[in-house]
Amino acid sequence: MVYLTRRAEFSASHLYHNPAFSAEENRRVFGKCNNPNGHGHNYTLEVTVKGEVDPRSGFVVDLKQLKEVMQREVLDAMDHRFLNKEVPEFMTMIPTTENLSIVIWQRLAAKLNHARLHRVRVYETPDLFADFYGEA
Amino acid sequence: MKAYLTRRYRFSSSHRLHSEAMTAGENRTTYGKCNNQHGHGHNYFLEVTMSGKVDPATGMVCNPADLDGFVNREIVERYDLNNLNAAEEFQNTVPTTENLCIAIFDAVRGGFDKAHLERVRIEETLMNSFEYAGDAAPRC
Repeated sequence: MVYLTRRAEFSASHLYHNPAFSAEENRRVFGKCNNPNGHGHNYTLEVTVKGEVDPRSGFVVDLKQLKEVMQREVLDAMDHRFLNKEVPEFMTMIPTTENLSIVIWQRLAAKLNHARLHRVRVYETPDLFADFYGEA
Repeated sequence: MKAYLTRRYRFSSSHRLHSEAMTAGENRTTYGKCNNQHGHGHNYFLEVTMSGKVDPATGMVCNPADLDGFVNREIVERYDLNNLNAAEEFQNTVPTTENLCIAIFDAVRGGFDKAHLERVRIEETLMNSFEYAGDAAPRC
């Protein structure tokens, strides 16, 4: 088994707010991230796929296809967007780094033909990142 | 769904690698420059990975503000701009980065209960890093 990781960057704004919480509870739980006008990050995405190396091509996966799917499913949908308002999943789900890793996994898993997803890692900053391995 | 949240911290500490169980010659052979009797220091990077189900109400495995509060108070303030050999946990244990990983893992596992501690990873320099996940194998 060989693992291949492709990296991409996107910039987006978001805010953390749970409509079921009171205003005070939202501020207490989410702190500055609850600012109603939002704030932004330069995200780094790492997508790791796994598989046996094809003896004919020497590839685990067609990198071009992986790159295209990441571009279409993630970057086109999220780069320079307000996640809460423009990405359908985040209209009902808080766009934390954990949830971003889950949503990106779900978007990619549905579209990747040959590659088997191993891990989606999302860096919100160089000092905070979330990993999702498709676990229930 | 289960996710993993990693937070990165930094601290600068001095240490000396020296084992009382070894002769002076053995210490020099084993630890080389790190056995210098006056010690030396590093800028350490610490990664703490917590795991658990993402809470639908918050979207979080655990609140990074809570984790920061604990790690800054119990780990970073304890070691930053200090000599590791002076710490209680290194009176009978050599403060290698392996042992530092274990000490930090035990401190977080024993004192922070808002999510499951998955692993601790420390970069001693850009060229070497160490991981400890207790009895579990670290996930790549």
